[in-house]
Amino acid sequence: MKIALTINNVKKEVEISPSEFLLDVLRRLDYMSVKKGCDTGTCGVCTVLMDGKPVLSCSVLAASADGHEITTIEGLSEDPEFKAISNALLEEGADQCGFCSPGLILNVYAMKKELKNPSEEDMKKYLVGNLCRCTGYVPQMRAIKKYFEVKA
Amino acid sequence: MKEVKSSIKKVDGYGLVSGKPVYTDDLAPKNSLVVKILRSPHAFAKIKNIDTTKAEQLDGVECILTYKNVPRNIFTRAGQGYPEPSPYDKYILDEYVRYVGDEVAVVAARDEYTAEKALELLEVEYEILEPVLDFEKSKGSKSIIHPEKDYQSESFVSSDPKNNIAATYEMSIGDIEKEIENSDVVVKDRFYTQAQAHVMMEPHAAYSYMDMQGRLVVVTSTQVPFHVRRILARALGLPIKKIRVIKPRVGGGFGGKQAIHGEPYVALVTLKTGKPAKVYYTRKEVFESTYTRHPMRFDVTIGADKDGRIKVIDVRGLSDTGAYGEHALTTFMVAGSKVLPMYNKVKAVRFGGDVVYTNHPPAGAFRGYGAIQANFAIESAMDMLAYKLNMDPVKLREINMIRENETSPIFKIMGEGREGVDMIVRSCKLDECVEKGAKKIDWENKFKTKKEGKKVKGVGMAIAMQGSGIAKIDMGAATLKLNEDGSFNLLIGATDIGTGSDTILSQIAAEVLNVPTENIIPYSSDTDVTPFDVGAYASSTTYVSGNAVRKAAEKMKEEIIKAGAEYFEVPVEEVEFDGKEIKTKDNKITLQKLAEILYYNENQKQLSATGSYVGEESPPPFMAGYAEVEVDIETGKIDLLNYVAVVDCGTPINPNLAKVQVEGGLAQGIGMAMYEEVKYDKNGRLLTNNLLNYKIPSRVDIKNLEVELVDSYEPTGPFGAKSVGEIGIDTPPAAIANAIYNAVGVRIKDLPITPEKVLKALKNK
Repeated sequence: MKIALTINNVKKEVEISPSEFLLDVLRRLDYMSVKKGCDTGTCGVCTVLMDGKPVLSCSVLAASADGHEITTIEGLSEDPEFKAISNALLEEGADQCGFCSPGLILNVYAMKKELKNPSEEDMKKYLVGNLCRCTGYVPQMRAIKKYFEVKA
Repeated sequence: MKEVKSSIKKVDGYGLVSGKPVYTDDLAPKNSLVVKILRSPHAFAKIKNIDTTKAEQLDGVECILTYKNVPRNIFTRAGQGYPEPSPYDKYILDEYVRYVGDEVAVVAARDEYTAEKALELLEVEYEILEPVLDFEKSKGSKSIIHPEKDYQSESFVSSDPKNNIAATYEMSIGDIEKEIENSDVVVKDRFYTQAQAHVMMEPHAAYSYMDMQGRLVVVTSTQVPFHVRRILARALGLPIKKIRVIKPRVGGGFGGKQAIHGEPYVALVTLKTGKPAKVYYTRKEVFESTYTRHPMRFDVTIGADKDGRIKVIDVRGLSDTGAYGEHALTTFMVAGSKVLPMYNKVKAVRFGGDVVYTNHPPAGAFRGYGAIQANFAIESAMDMLAYKLNMDPVKLREINMIRENETSPIFKIMGEGREGVDMIVRSCKLDECVEKGAKKIDWENKFKTKKEGKKVKGVGMAIAMQGSGIAKIDMGAATLKLNEDGSFNLLIGATDIGTGSDTILSQIAAEVLNVPTENIIPYSSDTDVTPFDVGAYASSTTYVSGNAVRKAAEKMKEEIIKAGAEYFEVPVEEVEFDGKEIKTKDNKITLQKLAEILYYNENQKQLSATGSYVGEESPPPFMAGYAEVEVDIETGKIDLLNYVAVVDCGTPINPNLAKVQVEGGLAQGIGMAMYEEVKYDKNGRLLTNNLLNYKIPSRVDIKNLEVELVDSYEPTGPFGAKSVGEIGIDTPPAAIANAIYNAVGVRIKDLPITPEKVLKALKNK
């Protein structure tokens, strides 16, 4: 079946099979920033934005994304917010293996738009679905807090 | 020092955060055959027959492998030094399957859908055998897990497969019984540690293709590319020169990728079909069919005089290696060798026991590598001793622990798999770690406060040591190459698995050459291109590979000076190189200009230099960990309120990255202490085979971690550095158990420490 997706502001008609998940379609289309980590919607590495809201692309059927706008990290490369978040992470050395970074950054990007003056607890709750095994979360949280403080 | 001791950003950081296609699966050729593996539903069985006809007829299926049509070369998947300290007990595919998840057959098809469909069409007839699912009953069990005739192990491994023993180890110093008898206070107890899963975010992945010279190229997410090449050569029966292994970015390893997993299967498919092939493990496969941490049991006896001077430590261990003996002997030896030397004033010490096979998924390398298991047992027993002596546990450590310029006989007796090396601990700020940590957590007040109420707080502590590479066994090498613009390529066999080692090694080269780190362009690792290095394990990269880089850079500096002397036609003694310019008394030329002349104009030649290094010793990093918990006595719920870690890793090359290593290690150690548990049903089937059932700590679980690095200087390390990769994981299990005892007076002796166990213990108190 054919669906229409707007990926990073580019309109595309995509041939998919009905059982395909958005994650697999995006990777098939070379959006390799979208990672496959757990197959059960638990780890957050496959996070993308659908109409600006974070979703787990491993749990979204591609068919249900028909007509929607999808944003991946590739689409944010020129965005000043992306640069500020990623710079904060890099300055703390919180990028480590990097496999969870794109998903985490997209969620922080969405959180910034959604939450006003969040506390650290609010941030942790918002980002709880982004697992990381390298950093122990602490340097990531240092970076994210810094990013919010600078911007506030 | 400009470039080292500096928290510069990772050289590859921007590429990682912006999601560039850099990991194995991102790079696999689009036309790769998709490889899928049929796995055993039984814990122990013999395959009577496999019928592949239906699957073969499926359109799009290109290759099916079973034990009948693959090379039968016995090998070990463990990526370790050579000769290998793990027994040869594994075939690419075998007629026996030894755990639920073991490989039965392999299919390769043009797409994932077809490959999965083909798996369903394979018809396998099993003769089900009685499995061994309890490691305490494995030795001498009627079921023999490895009956194969060509089972082999090196003479120093002492395997006894007829009794399900993968390895045995015994060591002893002094008269144990006499010292126990002469002790005023003796603690004797039994402790258990569980299997733990690595849960690196990137699952295991590999792809392969034939190059134009007919050589096999394997691209894999591995910690050990050179070991992968050697193991593949043995397993496939190919000469090493016919294989090239390339490591792209690795999405975390923690020891789980210190082995081969899917590599032989894609390689064989490529060899048989001539086509590229790729495998990407599902998370279920990662859980069921790769490695866990070795579960261990320890019986610990410690004797001391009434003043708290420890006279004797006796540790009897039992380790469960699962279905294959990967890292069996070495993790077990590390349990002794990386804990016992901390208490170097004892009169007698003994360590020994068996590593047994069971029909569980195999255990393998995992950060902490035996040390964390024994640390939990011994540091819990130390706490019990302190209470029995009516002595502050901090004081007990202070009386007995190792200090700078001291040694321990254990260093010489126990290495990893073989004898160790005699060494004096030249850098050791463990005393400072203990003292600083106590202050930071406010030990003096919190330890002694009277505890009452429904929610009770308590503090506990533990100390730890690890190593820096494996002395006299593991080697690293690096090559520097000057480019015509004055920049340098740094070719390293060392493997960055997310630790930032590419950055750290570049910083070391830059420091020696006195150039900015951005002028060093690191590349790791490709067995055709980069020099040999054993890879990222045993906390070795900064120390072993770092020393190799330092040596290569020193040689490069000499080469530059020599080229300058030739250019100015003066003796080398009259030439200086300051990182920017090559100077004599009267003349100077920039490095860039000299490089340009060298490559295009006069005396033309390439400047390059290689350094290699093998540690003559393995200087340990040290750590003191302090936990503050709050226990709800009505529910048994434990909140870890604070964790203070003070670490001596020598002089950190990149303080930020060193700190993050400790923070990440702590979170993993906290996971092992409180949340993570690999569980099986009664038939040996894994229940915790996804991230919903296997709980690693989330952002909400990790509260206040405070990490401080104390500065020491390791004279044998590059710019004073020791390792930091593993040490962070070691103390949380014991420190948290000890804090719970301090709070509510119950002692949990088997991990993980769950609310159920605490509540049960409170009720039985």
